[in-house]
Amino acid sequence: MANISRRTLIKTGAAAATLSAIGAPVLAADKIKIGYVFLGPIGDYGWTWAHNQARLMVDKELGDKVETVYVENVNEDASAIPVIRDLAKQGCKLIFTTSYGYMDQTIQVASEFPDVKFEHCTGYKRAANVATYNSKFHEGRAVLGTISGMMSKSGTIGYLGSYKVPEVVLGVNSMALSAQKKNPNAKIKLVLIDSWFDPPKEAAATQTMINLGCDIVATHTDSPGPLQILEQKKLYGFGQGADMSKFAPHAHLTAIEDYWGPYYVQRAKALLDGSWTSTDTWDGIKEGTVRFAPYNKVMPDDVKAAADAIRKGYMDGTYNVFTGPIYDQDGKLRVKEGEVISDADLAVMDWFVKGVETAS
Amino acid sequence: MSIDFIIAAFITVVGLTTPILLAGLGELVVEKSGVLNLGVEGMMLIGAVCGFALTYTYGFDYPGIAPWGGILAAAAGGALSALLFGFLVLELNSNQVATGLALAIFGTGLSSLIGQGFTGMIITPFGSIFPDALATGRYSQVIFGYSPLVYFALAMVPAVHWFLNRTRAGLILRAVGENDLSAHSIGYSVKQVRYAAIAFGGAMAGIGGAYFSMVITPMWAEKMTAGRGWIALALVVFAGWRTGRLLAGAFFFGVLMTLELYAKASGFSLVPSEVWAAMPYLMTVVALTLISRRETAGGNAPACLGKPFLPTA
Repeated sequence: MANISRRTLIKTGAAAATLSAIGAPVLAADKIKIGYVFLGPIGDYGWTWAHNQARLMVDKELGDKVETVYVENVNEDASAIPVIRDLAKQGCKLIFTTSYGYMDQTIQVASEFPDVKFEHCTGYKRAANVATYNSKFHEGRAVLGTISGMMSKSGTIGYLGSYKVPEVVLGVNSMALSAQKKNPNAKIKLVLIDSWFDPPKEAAATQTMINLGCDIVATHTDSPGPLQILEQKKLYGFGQGADMSKFAPHAHLTAIEDYWGPYYVQRAKALLDGSWTSTDTWDGIKEGTVRFAPYNKVMPDDVKAAADAIRKGYMDGTYNVFTGPIYDQDGKLRVKEGEVISDADLAVMDWFVKGVETAS
Repeated sequence: MSIDFIIAAFITVVGLTTPILLAGLGELVVEKSGVLNLGVEGMMLIGAVCGFALTYTYGFDYPGIAPWGGILAAAAGGALSALLFGFLVLELNSNQVATGLALAIFGTGLSSLIGQGFTGMIITPFGSIFPDALATGRYSQVIFGYSPLVYFALAMVPAVHWFLNRTRAGLILRAVGENDLSAHSIGYSVKQVRYAAIAFGGAMAGIGGAYFSMVITPMWAEKMTAGRGWIALALVVFAGWRTGRLLAGAFFFGVLMTLELYAKASGFSLVPSEVWAAMPYLMTVVALTLISRRETAGGNAPACLGKPFLPTA
């Protein structure tokens, strides 16, 4: 392959940076070095791709003041520890560990390097030098649910999830509640496939949900595989984490995009001016962490308007999908009329709302 | 339950069965020759990326031929990586288990490297080649609605069976697997037979991998086979090195996995969903136990399986 892509260039740069760091660990004092630990390949067009875009934004905004390095394909097990430790030893002063499964590893390495600041994505364990940050993906799901509630003819919406963790539970509930506001009889069929990335299983699960009557399938796993199945069946779905419209130009209605860039820039700046402290950040549509890919032209205007209304509601703080009355799967009233579930309660939510069909 | 519902579910089963059947058939022949190649997962990934890359590169200019070329590329990629394994275990007598595991890891890395320029691209799925009336007809799709690879996999089941049990070459291959020194002493080239078997196994694993990147989800993504190579390996043992049972086992796996998904989507939980997910692995353990208990000549396992061939020793 003769083409030198931007990515290979960056990689070469990162490798060179690693090498030079081994050779001369304490040079370049005026630049701060920022390290990133990535779960997948940066070319996954999803989760890791979005984090890498944010890294590039830091490079662009802060230019000469920073130098960034990253490690791809880091497993969420004990093998992450030496990777994080290496970054700290290379002289990184700020390290982003970008997946839930690096939580304890981050805490452990952070205790060994009190002078290095760490930022752990989607976790809940903090320390003096470990901050956490997350995104309110469920706000995005409220927009997708609104679209689904209006566009699903069968009223049965598929939801392909990974594991029963709060992030997925919130997404499912947000989707169900917002769809039911447009179609009171809307149901969600949830399939959890016990993996974040398994294209053949994601495809089979999508076929299954279609066969069981779903005409829209939302995904909370990382591959574009489900969208390809929906494209073949001429049904609809959404991109996850990034704009996946090129995989399914017809089926892709919009996508929730993870936009971490502004947060990464803000934290790097805080480190540069000495104002960095351990914080817990949970931003959403308002702060710009959750964004949307352009709407597909097949979406009717009233659906676009309804989707925009939810986005606007989150922008100005007048809308929250988790406003009572909310009933659980057994029909029990869990949130009274007018009450809103607090962020603290959302972060540990483990029950599904009425209209969600699932085995677990 | 309507007939359309059952047909749609059956199509999902076929999609899950085919790739492990392809890879399993190849591995069965390899093991029958006395070589244990644990690198199926790596060979599948190399096949997946080679098939996708060729189809993508030539798909615009030669849409009719490109997928067939892709399948050949997948087979060639799988076979070449297998021959590397073959060189190490046959010429240098390296440990087959360790070398096979190394091939699995090497294949993962090499496929990522080859695939760098191809992430985010898509191709037209390599679907049915029959006329649309047959391929998408309500009932006819059950027979005519699949990718050519599905028919190829099904045809290879009797073909491999016939080859192993009814041809002279198959007899020699089995002889090499049962007693390499005897086969050697009466003048057969153990190495040549094993090279051929290893190449065949690699080609079949490669084609199995291409089923993922060219048929089910026509794209390339790193590690997209998600562990199916290991399932195929277990399946060969589960099938007791018999082709018919391999087909039954692969189909059984496809049915189990589909049932798991249907149970979950229906909010139906006779057993916890984790039990469904663990079923293929549980069945493997059960199968291994049964095989080892049936002490009559160790079942159907080739006597020289996994052992290095040292004619001078």
